[in-house]
Amino acid sequence: MRETPMQRLLSFILGWGTALLLFFPIAWMVLTSFKSERDATSPNLFFTPSLDSYHEVFARADYLSFALNSVVISVGGTVVALLFAIPAAYAMAFHPTRRTRGTLLWMLSTKMLPPVGVLVPIYLLFRTAGLLDTRSGLVAIYALMNLPIVVWMLFTFYKEVPNEILEAGRMDGAKTAGEVWFLLLPLTLPGVASTGLLSLILCWNEAFWSLNLTSAGAAPLTAFIASFSSPEGLFFAKLSAASTMAVAPILVFGWFSQRQLVQGLTFGAVK
Amino acid sequence: MATLQLRDIRKSFASVEVIKGINLEIGDREFVVFVGPSGCGKSTLLRMIAGLEEITSGDLMIDGKRINRVGPADRGLAMVFQSYALYPHMTVRQNMAFALRLAGVSKAERDRKVDEAARILQLEPYLERRPKDLSGGQRQRVAIGRAIVRQPKVFLFDEPLSNLDAALRGQMRIELLRLHEELKATMIYVTHDQVEAMTMADKIVVLRAGVVEQVGTPLELYHHPANLFVAGFIGSPRMNLMPARVVKSSGTGISVALPSGPEILVPVEGAGTASGDAVTLGIRPEGLRIEPSGAIAGTVALVERLGGLTLLHVTIEGGEPVTVQIEGSDATKARDQIRLAVDPAACHLFDKAGQALPQRARHPLAA
Ligand SMILES: Nc1ncnc2c1ncn2[C@@H]1O[C@H](COP(=O)(O)OP(=O)(O)OP(=O)(O)O)[C@@H](O)[C@H]1O
Ligand SMILES: [Mg+2]
Repeated sequence: MRETPMQRLLSFILGWGTALLLFFPIAWMVLTSFKSERDATSPNLFFTPSLDSYHEVFARADYLSFALNSVVISVGGTVVALLFAIPAAYAMAFHPTRRTRGTLLWMLSTKMLPPVGVLVPIYLLFRTAGLLDTRSGLVAIYALMNLPIVVWMLFTFYKEVPNEILEAGRMDGAKTAGEVWFLLLPLTLPGVASTGLLSLILCWNEAFWSLNLTSAGAAPLTAFIASFSSPEGLFFAKLSAASTMAVAPILVFGWFSQRQLVQGLTFGAVK
Repeated sequence: MATLQLRDIRKSFASVEVIKGINLEIGDREFVVFVGPSGCGKSTLLRMIAGLEEITSGDLMIDGKRINRVGPADRGLAMVFQSYALYPHMTVRQNMAFALRLAGVSKAERDRKVDEAARILQLEPYLERRPKDLSGGQRQRVAIGRAIVRQPKVFLFDEPLSNLDAALRGQMRIELLRLHEELKATMIYVTHDQVEAMTMADKIVVLRAGVVEQVGTPLELYHHPANLFVAGFIGSPRMNLMPARVVKSSGTGISVALPSGPEILVPVEGAGTASGDAVTLGIRPEGLRIEPSGAIAGTVALVERLGGLTLLHVTIEGGEPVTVQIEGSDATKARDQIRLAVDPAACHLFDKAGQALPQRARHPLAA
């Protein structure tokens, strides 16, 4: 069906409106990061840009060690989540029992619990186990945090694969691991990749657990940002500079993987 | 070498029993066809043999060994699926070599076997293509090729030709027979296509609702159906079935009378029947012919001319519809009044329970 000019104008306005609305805070943050601390709170668009805030942020904190923590924890959390989710989703999609549906819903329902509700028990567990302020502790908590979503997504992608293809593999002599490795994963690669990407992004941006369970050693970039909204009062320019540096890697990453993400998330919808 | 024995095989899904105690012997190099109406459990039975479906109870033996608990990967069988189930992300060559690769066969050996299978199936030009770039018939052959390269003990086919058009189906039928000849393997083949069953099978197993109705060679089933179900299921056009009454039983057979009067002597064993018993008379369409002095009068309702054959749909006195098959092209038109003569050798009698009364003489080709 062809659109009328009126419809095109409407979708143009709507599309761009939404995009600008979503983009505005980020643009404003980047803009503020180049202002001086005095201009920072004014909505003035005309100012002499400077890198002062960046210099100061770099001088005050070790950006690279925070960034490294972010990378290690996000990648680690995602890999661990995938390692558990791939077999779990395989079992649910291809060998369902009467309780599979219920299990899936239950897993998703754990995401409805506010994390703060389990902060104290988790904190105590971490303290007893010596996991406070460790990367492995955060990897574990991130993997657990994303597991329901990752399982759920993989499950829907696996559901698209005809059972007979796996059965043919079984007849050809593939054991369960072979079925998953040689057939299921290659067939759902776009889906698995976008699931991994989404998990990476969620881990990267996670702040609640990283702020509460780390202090210095394993703190990721979210803690780096938070350290600039410190008690001495807010310094918006420096805060913006820190935030910009924290989100820049994931923005760049997201930009380059957007094709993969979209392809994966709409996988099957157009089959 | 591969023989199969099925002993009281049963299958239930939840509380519903769909396979109800099947006993069957399948000999080495036999071509066995399972036929039956949709939903009778053909696929389920085949999948149990393959190991894809758990056996609820009973024993499945291959070469004398019970394999109920052996997984599909270790049974040494190959299966061709109705949907072909090719691996979409692999080329034709990779598809066919997959089993060998899993078995740790060397690359050179794999290539040699795939090339040979490709030659037999005329797939050589397509080895580097992916399944989506092939026609239905080519995909079909890849699926068969994937089974061949493994040199399995037993081939299992689940309606492998049902997605092909009629011409290709005929061609593949011959191809499969040739393969059976060449590979000297045991084959189990599921279909609901009469022609496939009749032309390919050494042995046909007729299933209904999870029960074996009859096992035999195609001509045995055609000339000596064990019951009404098999009589109606095997043969196309269908056998004419009509109610009749026993008049008398003699040394040469049983005389029965149709409701409209005419009497027919059917050469079957008459022990246990008394005059007056209700029976069903079955006459194959080619057992009826037009003859002015024939016993049965009727009106032609419809004529189907197939060229080599003519099918007359006739309503006989008493209102029963019957089909008459005549060799060649026939001049009879709709609404013609005709008389039909019956060939006693093409007649069958079934008792009230639907069981066939045994023929006095076996058909020479169905001994
Ligand atoms: N997974 C299942 N769960 C429950 N019932 C099933 C399942 N698979 C098959 N059935 C039932 O078992 C019966 C036999 O099915 P099956 O697929 O073996 O029939 P079929 O003879 O192959 O039929 P068709 O000629 O249509 O392929 C059917 O009534 C079907 O509904
Ligand atoms: Mg079937």
